[in-house]
Amino acid sequence: MMFQKVLIANRGEIARRIIRTCKRLGIQTVAVYSTADADNLHVRDADERYFIGESPVNQSYLNIEAIIAAAKESGAEAIHPGYVLLSENAHFATAVEAAGLVFIGPTSAVIEAMGSKLEARKRMEAADVPIIEGVNDALASATEAARVAQQIGYPVMLKASAGGGGIGMQVVHDEAELLKAFEGNQKRAASFFGDGTMFVEKFIAEPHHIEVQVLADKHGHVIPIFERECSIQRRNQKVVEEATSPFISDTTREKMLDAAVAAASSIGYTNAGTIEFLVDKHEQFYFLEMNTRLQVEHPVTEEISGLDLVEWQLKIAAGEPLTIQRNQLSVHGHAIEVRIYAEDSLRFFPSPGTITKLVLPKQEGIRHEIGVEQGSVVTPFYDPMIAKLITTGATRDEAVTRMQEALATYEIEGIKTNIPMLRDVVAHPEFIAGRTTTRFVEQYYLPQVAKK
Amino acid sequence: MIKAEMAGTVWKVLVKEGDSVEEGQEVMILESMKMEIPVEAEEAGVVKRVIVNEGDFIDVDADLVEIE
Repeated sequence: MMFQKVLIANRGEIARRIIRTCKRLGIQTVAVYSTADADNLHVRDADERYFIGESPVNQSYLNIEAIIAAAKESGAEAIHPGYVLLSENAHFATAVEAAGLVFIGPTSAVIEAMGSKLEARKRMEAADVPIIEGVNDALASATEAARVAQQIGYPVMLKASAGGGGIGMQVVHDEAELLKAFEGNQKRAASFFGDGTMFVEKFIAEPHHIEVQVLADKHGHVIPIFERECSIQRRNQKVVEEATSPFISDTTREKMLDAAVAAASSIGYTNAGTIEFLVDKHEQFYFLEMNTRLQVEHPVTEEISGLDLVEWQLKIAAGEPLTIQRNQLSVHGHAIEVRIYAEDSLRFFPSPGTITKLVLPKQEGIRHEIGVEQGSVVTPFYDPMIAKLITTGATRDEAVTRMQEALATYEIEGIKTNIPMLRDVVAHPEFIAGRTTTRFVEQYYLPQVAKK
Repeated sequence: MIKAEMAGTVWKVLVKEGDSVEEGQEVMILESMKMEIPVEAEEAGVVKRVIVNEGDFIDVDADLVEIE
């Protein structure tokens, strides 16, 4: 039975996104909010609203007791956690289940297993999903390092376990180089970090971050909904995402989709999930981690597949079987998403404040996901992402052109945003050519800004 | 006087009254929008007064540390 009423344990654009699908399906919605968010759009969008605490997240959006109390009082049957906040908190999922409510996501046991990098690695290895070799081996000596490196295959990255900022880290191409480098790097690591523990892992040159969306029902069916290319990042957070990846071949794509299905099936995954991979320049891919929730960048997958992922999350949580098959799905055109952050375009420092002017572009092929309006106060309590802009096109070129045009007329005043950065990124020849690696921002964007 | 560049919470105070600081030295770390923002001394001097405490919520332009 589909739910009659759902509580959304989140805020901003993602709460609004979830409410939109609920409304279309005739499901009543319950919003929760903190002191700072009392007047927010997501609170106004919902059919009912409950105050859950003061502005800091640990008193409100991470306040499990208050959220479950609100769900009980409202008569909601299920809780959608959105992303971040409590979405990957196994304790929360358990508490929701214990309260007799449905958690819209996988079981708490699966969330817990995937939350531990070591455990996730072991599970993936057991399911024959490729992982980056060597990561967890602490090495006692140069000879042991050489033995492990031999197994992995050169080149390898020699790393200090406690390292940071590139210190104690070196790419080595053969055994002679490794033996020569080991002692010096170990000493340097010991003096810099007080810990000379070294390990080696396979060196991945110019990596791409590519992830596969999956849907899994409670009846053992798992289907992949293609991949997303999310290589352009700043501060290890994604900035631009697209579907499908302009980098991988159809053969690699099929292999990655197969691996994602194997990964999800092997752990008894249910609901929407994402398997993240690191992909090298030869299109070899390695498991990075699994996100056991809806992703920020899910709209690009929706645009190319024609599916509403939130609708499927609700259906799966309500026990309905997947009625779509992998071979029925096809890719329709191309979609690109940019994340709009309240931060400056140079240092990426946050910029809370009042939005004095907001003008959204309104051309063909544009989708907005936005949590603010003109007059909104962007407070310092929450994530700086305030909106997402998605463009689609019959081809990648068309989607890129539409993104350039849309960003040109996107206006936010009163706070600083990363829109100037996004304009530069989508106009860059390397981006236009589809050559996006995780080093894009430092390799192309920052040097370009420095010249201005 | 070192002032806050943005609203946020005082996460860590790194200096105390009487400390000598150099230009560019970090005197405080603020937290805003889930990000750590270091606050640096604009010039060398001695800390005369630390005006805020760890955990305090501060607005943009709030006085943080007085340096002489």
